[in-house]
Amino acid sequence: MSETTNILFSGVGGQGILLASELTATALLAAGFDVKKSEVHGMAQRGGSVTAQLRYGSRVYSPLIEPGGADIQMAFEMLEAVRYLPYLHAGSTVLVNTQRILPPSVATGRADYPEQVLDRLRQRNIKVIEVDAFAIAKQSGEVRTANVALVGALSVHLPVEEKMLEALIEERVPPRFYEQNLFSFRAGRQAGNG
Amino acid sequence: MIPEKQAETVWMSGNEAIALGAYEAGVKVASGYPGTPSTEIMEHLSEYDGVYTEWAPNEKVGLEVAIGASFGGVRAMATMKHVGLNVAADPLFTAAYTGGRGGLVVLTADDPDMHSSQNEQDSRNYAFAAKLPMLEPADPAEAKEFIKEAFELSEELDCPVLVRITTRIAHVKAVVTPGERLQPMVAPGLEKHPEKFVMLPAMARRRRLYVEERMTRCRQIAEDSGNNVIESGDAQRGFITGGVSYLYVKEAFPEASILKLGMVWPLPEQKIREFAGSVDELYVVEELDPFWEIHVKAMGISCHGKDVIPAIGELNTGVVKQSIDPARLRGESFSPEELPPRPPNMCPGCPHRGVFFTLSRLDVFISGDIGCYTLGFLPPLNALDSTVCMGASVPIAHGLEKALGADSNRKIVAVIGDSTFVHSGITGLINSVYNGSKGTLIILDNGTTAMTGQQPNPASGALISGEPAQSIDLEALCKALGVRHVSVINPHEVPESRKIIRAEIERDELSVIISQAPCVLLPELKYQKPITYFTNIDNCVGCTSCIRIGCPAISWTPFAKGEAEARGYKKSQKGYSQIDEVLCNDCGQCASLCKFGAITPRDINS
Ligand SMILES: Cc1ncc(C[n+]2csc(CCOP(=O)(O)OP(=O)(O)O)c2C)c(N)n1
Ligand code: SF4
Repeated sequence: MSETTNILFSGVGGQGILLASELTATALLAAGFDVKKSEVHGMAQRGGSVTAQLRYGSRVYSPLIEPGGADIQMAFEMLEAVRYLPYLHAGSTVLVNTQRILPPSVATGRADYPEQVLDRLRQRNIKVIEVDAFAIAKQSGEVRTANVALVGALSVHLPVEEKMLEALIEERVPPRFYEQNLFSFRAGRQAGNG
Repeated sequence: MIPEKQAETVWMSGNEAIALGAYEAGVKVASGYPGTPSTEIMEHLSEYDGVYTEWAPNEKVGLEVAIGASFGGVRAMATMKHVGLNVAADPLFTAAYTGGRGGLVVLTADDPDMHSSQNEQDSRNYAFAAKLPMLEPADPAEAKEFIKEAFELSEELDCPVLVRITTRIAHVKAVVTPGERLQPMVAPGLEKHPEKFVMLPAMARRRRLYVEERMTRCRQIAEDSGNNVIESGDAQRGFITGGVSYLYVKEAFPEASILKLGMVWPLPEQKIREFAGSVDELYVVEELDPFWEIHVKAMGISCHGKDVIPAIGELNTGVVKQSIDPARLRGESFSPEELPPRPPNMCPGCPHRGVFFTLSRLDVFISGDIGCYTLGFLPPLNALDSTVCMGASVPIAHGLEKALGADSNRKIVAVIGDSTFVHSGITGLINSVYNGSKGTLIILDNGTTAMTGQQPNPASGALISGEPAQSIDLEALCKALGVRHVSVINPHEVPESRKIIRAEIERDELSVIISQAPCVLLPELKYQKPITYFTNIDNCVGCTSCIRIGCPAISWTPFAKGEAEARGYKKSQKGYSQIDEVLCNDCGQCASLCKFGAITPRDINS
């Protein structure tokens, strides 16, 4: 059977996971792969924990990643990097935005944000690459480009052309924000090498 | 929007593919009510030229509109989520007798695992119960083709055809090949066919015979259909499967023999017998109910089904392997870690929050309904005591009151969203008026159907196209129904609206409170942010008034030991609150609650 690669996107509703997974998928399609992506709308989007599952290869059947099957995880927040552990396997790579978004119990002082939470991945032989996407985005002059920085970081690990993605970004983002997005994308690529 | 005429493939979601399939099939009229995971079908379809689309107030009306259009000789479609089909079941069962003229397709989207639903329901049972054919695609490309075939089948058999999808078709993106729009075969016009359009008992009895005859014909179609295919492989294990489950089986058992059923109902019995006879061990792999399994067993064929495959929730490749051949699993997998949960929450600035904050402080039973406001159930508000189905809030409150009599006076409040009120809350309110209810109903009018992604409804003043529309005046409507006490509040003014809510609950007569303020995700508001609120930390005394409303933009920062004193606060102060200015949507509810002037607005443009 042909090899299929599985990418899990995880984060908090409203962080721009949809655009990031869309850009990644489009680049993989352009590179000649069969690509399927699965996401959940509705209730899950109201600030809760969200995922998108992306699979590519020469022929992809199932739209879902099976437990233990994610080769790469692109996590938009640190807790959300660890929440989907059952999807990962020893040897998976997790790119993680080092941002903290406080879940309600932490924000209201009823629980603590776990310390050194990424160690729980490292202990299991999962490769962790930290990306400070928020800092990159701030530097770019447009804080809303953090998700594009993460696309950049992820793209280093995929068989896609840098130029291709840059062209896609130009196509998808409003022209007045193109420069900032391009900056974040390139800086993200640097950070993605870990 | 017209797809370019070329064999080029496009990457799109199942819902986009269904809209495209309907467009290519020449659909003329489509009506529906939003519901995850079906909503985007109508939204995409509304972008095509030459198709009339609309949001109906509920699914029953939507289907009836489509039946009317079919009577008029055009191709018509109704879309809904699985629970919507319950609402539309009445017209569906008799449309199965009348048939129509133009092709009529009823699309229902099931939500195994209840990602965004109040129950898990297998719509395939409706095909059996209503005696109608049903198709179910496995991926977006098939979805597009199946919709076109459904229209043809509907005209050939003179009956509505059901198409069932699930979340993993609707919200999966994959490669689809667009085609051309077909020219309709049936001529539009006003024709009278009382023998089939007027279902009086005498005529219905004759059509009842036709229904059986049609299903017999349809069974033969199922035998010959290219959608029910045998993929011969290793004869040791054979699988009868369909929909997205087919893809999981294909991945878990690539070598096996498969009978893939694209037509859910009626079943191709000969093909099933032939297939069952050709394999050593037969498995029926289907999500949710043992629908095929029961029928296969009724044919006298033994097979595995729900004895090994879960009947609850979604399947995936891992579950299929685990159920049938665990040795195929990818080795050991990690168990989940204990982490603070991150449930969905109402948005910062959501108008519903202020009302639920008030309700959370009162000793009342809150009969809730379905929408974003159902999230009022979650901590720290914990202000919702029941949710059953759309529209149920009002009659449930009434039933409680009738059951408990005077003991329940001033103790029951019903809450309902504007879209839900129009969907099926009005009849409940009529009942409350007619049968002398004394409770209070709060209509949360945020100007939109927010939960499913901000679709306009009959009370929001816009059509699906965004063009202006006549808007229902909810206040006048409630008065016209006979409610004598109707008041309107601004939920962002928390103390002010608290007074009114309290007074109306205290009243010994039926009352309605309309809480009016727009959803912050409405496009008109989303990109407008003239001001933000911020905490003036010097004034914060750490009373946590603002924390208790549960806004995602407000967080609590605890003081370390001795920090309060060192920073000049009272020794007993435990911390202070802070507003994330990026998240804040300037509703001002927290400011209206802060008695210490610690929360103030700031113009971010200056
Ligand atoms: C019969 C039925 N149809 C559709 C749905 C999907 N659905 C859930 S809530 C909702 C509408 C909510 O709108 P509204 O009442 O205005 O509340 P809001 O989300 O705006 O707060 C819809 C369409 C459903 N649960 N049941
Ligand atoms: S989408 Fe609108 S109604 Fe729903 S939680 Fe957000 S602000 Fe409230």
